[in-house]
Order: sequence, then structure tokens, then C-alpha cells
Amino acid sequence: MTTETSLHFTPLADEHIALGAKMVGFGGWSMPLQYDSILAEWEVNRKGASIFDCSHMGEFIIKGDAVDCGLDRILIQTISDMPPNTCRYGAMLNDSAGVIDDLIVYRKAEQEWMIVVNAANIEKDARHFRASLKPGTHFEDVSLMTAKLDLQGPRSREVLKEMAGGIEKLTYYSFDQFQISGIPCLISRTGYTGELGFEIYCPWEKCKEIWKMILNNATVKPTGLGVRDVLRVEMCYSLYGHELEENISPLQAGLDKFIDGKKDFIGRKALLSRGEETRGVGYFISSSRKSPRAGHKIFDAQGNDAGIVTSGTFSPALQLGIGIGLVSPACKAAGTKIFFGDEKNQVAAAVTKRPFYKNGSLKA
Amino acid sequence: MEIEENYLYTKEHEWVSIEDNIATMGISDYAQEALGDVTYVELPAQEDEVEQFEQFVSVESVKAASDIFAPMGGKVIEINHKLEDNPALINKDCYVKGWIAKIEVRDMDESTNLMSAEEYRNYLESLGA
Repeated sequence: MTTETSLHFTPLADEHIALGAKMVGFGGWSMPLQYDSILAEWEVNRKGASIFDCSHMGEFIIKGDAVDCGLDRILIQTISDMPPNTCRYGAMLNDSAGVIDDLIVYRKAEQEWMIVVNAANIEKDARHFRASLKPGTHFEDVSLMTAKLDLQGPRSREVLKEMAGGIEKLTYYSFDQFQISGIPCLISRTGYTGELGFEIYCPWEKCKEIWKMILNNATVKPTGLGVRDVLRVEMCYSLYGHELEENISPLQAGLDKFIDGKKDFIGRKALLSRGEETRGVGYFISSSRKSPRAGHKIFDAQGNDAGIVTSGTFSPALQLGIGIGLVSPACKAAGTKIFFGDEKNQVAAAVTKRPFYKNGSLKA
Repeated sequence: MEIEENYLYTKEHEWVSIEDNIATMGISDYAQEALGDVTYVELPAQEDEVEQFEQFVSVESVKAASDIFAPMGGKVIEINHKLEDNPALINKDCYVKGWIAKIEVRDMDESTNLMSAEEYRNYLESLGA
């Protein structure tokens, strides 16, 4: 466990305190859990525009030809056909096909890449890249120079275009360089909430200035990690440490569509030889407001052990509990009745298709 | 942080108001604030017999579930059914409309194990609240 004293702080630590945030340790960082009630923050995100401090996340710069420098072989997704100024989600695996981390690749130029990784994994990811890239390849960990603000919600575009003209032209999963009040920013049309949204990468020391400028717009409210988790579970997005782990394969985690089946990559051989998995990701809706929680057991209709809950929350959109779990193949089909809970108390639930929340403005 | 002057409190932040031999209970303002938006209350069954400080209710917020303990032992004689459809009553009015259960008290002496409002206020201060 990370102790309080060893936590890292983002450039906005003082701002969060001043805004009355409840702070929490996450991935080694002191982060805002919530500023207001989580339900109020959910409303702001799904109906207006909300901003998250995501400066804890990691960014690496790699320079070189996709194949020659070894980057292509590290990632499960295709990257050599990416047009410059586009992003692509994927992951990297260990030799036994377990997920080291999930990540987004940004193609900044023909031979320049930015990789965005989870905060808790920055060190081990950097080690893996350094060990697996061709010797001599330019690799730079710019995490502590690069702040990140996520502006998300159906009204995020109208807010941001006032400050960064041209962002309205960005299509889903593309990015470009912009200036906000003279500060150079990389802005991508990406996010983790299921709503229209942007991720703004800016210099660490200028982050506070941009944060304040965006919050000057009365439409925007700050939102914390608490609601961020609710929003991503409603969208069935994986979170490393929950749905993704070193001992979980990308197929078990439901990342099939991100795997390039035609190329060689680290972990591919092991992935092909794993055979049928005993557990794979499944999504289910509680029969009541009582919500599944990470660590709850999952039982089939006959009461047999059928898996474990990896993420669970109350869904403000459905007004019911929702969960993601690793379940037996028999419990993956939509409509299957299951139970979650412990040996003493179980709650009925129904397996469903992803996502739970279908009305997002993501591609608006 | 609001504290009702005439109620008694537990270290786990339940409140209880005792009239004759009936104890009405709920959770304190400190507890509802710490929990955040209450999304579900698992109420006890009527007629349940509970011991003092036994877990008998579970309150869920968006992100977590918390155990609630009986501040007095006895028989559950009434539960607040309004919480089934409107659990947010606990956030809005934890001391009156957000009551959870009424217990027919078995042994009135158990109240000596509880804190007065004054003692609870000092207790919260000692927690840094």
C-alpha cells in the first residue's frame, strides 16, 4: 500500500483543496474523489460539461519507424497504418499474454509516437518499453512534464472552441496542436466517460492557468474520480487493476476487437495457445438498487460458483446496480440469470450486452 | 455538522431517540456526509430480534456499502418503508424523515453504553471532524 506521505501531487493539488474536494490516494497520487455529491457530478457530465484533472496519467514519447524500432511488436493493436494526428486504443502483453497495461497511442508524426498509460503503471511500463524497444531507440518518459485535463460532456465542444478555435473540427480519436491563451496544448477528441469530450495535454507548469480559464465558464464544473468510475462502468470501459491484470488475457477482458491478428506481437504465441478460457468478462444489471461491488462472488442460477465481480456501482442512468465481472462462459449470454453477493446474501441479476448507458454524446 | 441535542449516539455514528420503550434510530449527519448519496437501504425484517451493536442494516452509497448497527437491543417493530423508493431521505433529513427502524427495547440499561449529544460532539472532534 502507498502511504500518505509518499503520494505524488498534480499541479492542481491546491486548487482541489480550495474547491472543497475530498482527496484520495489513487495509483500513488493524491487525487480528488469528489467536489460535490457524486450524483450531482454525474448530472453535470452527462448533461453539461465537466472537467477532470488527469495529470497523474503517464505519457511517453518514442521516435522511430513503427516496425523497425520495435514499437509495433510491443502493442496488440495495428499502428503502422495510423494516419498522423490520430489515436488508437490498445494494450501491451507480457510473454504469457497477460495485460501489462492498456494504453492509447498517438501518432504525432510519421516517426513520432506518444503513448498514454495508467498512473499506477508508469514505472513498470517504462521498464518494459526500454527493455523491448530496439536498443538506441529514442524513449522519453514525459509524465512529470505533461499535465492532462479531460473536458467531457455534451457541451464540452462549445466550451472549448471559445478557447481553442478549430477544435470543433476534431473527429473521434483524432488530435492536433492548439494554443489556449498562448499556451501550446495537444488536444485529442478522446475520453473515458461515453460523452463527447476532449483530453488536453499541456505543460505541467501551465496547467493551473488552463484549469482556471476553463472553470471560468459557468457551464463547466470540476468532477472527481468517484464519478469518473461510475461513468466508465456505465460504458463498460475496463480499468486496469479491475478488468485488466497481468494474469488476465486481452481476450478474457473483451479486448478482441483491438487485437491485430495479422502481426506478431509480444504475448501472441501464448495467447494463441491458451485455449478456451474458464472465465471471461461479462456485464450484468442488478434486479434492484442494491449494487454489486468489486470482490463479490457471482453464482449461476443453480447456485454454483460462476465468477467474480471486478467492478460494480449504482448506475444513476438505470437507477439500478450494475456490474462487470469475470464469469464462466455459460454466464456470458445476454439474458442469463445470475446472482451476485457472498455465501450468505445473494441478489438476482441479468447478464446484458455492453454498454449499460446507450444515450451518450460520444460521437456527436 | 448537525447533532440533535436530545438523541443518543454510538461510536459507529448511529443515533437513537428513546420514548417509553421504543427506540427510533438512524444515522448521524456525520455518517450521511461521509457516505455521500445514499442509493439503497437494506432494511431489517419486522419482528427481527437484534442485540445491541449487532449489524442489522446495510446502507449503500454510489461507490460503497456500509454496515449499520443496532444502537439498542430488542425487537424491530417498524421500518421506514419510504427509504425503499427514496433512500436519499437519509441525506436530506437524517434525523427526522430519514429514520431507519424502530426497536422495542429489551433492556433500558443498555442506553448507558451510548453517548449524549455533548459526548458525541467531543467524540467527533477527537476524530478530527
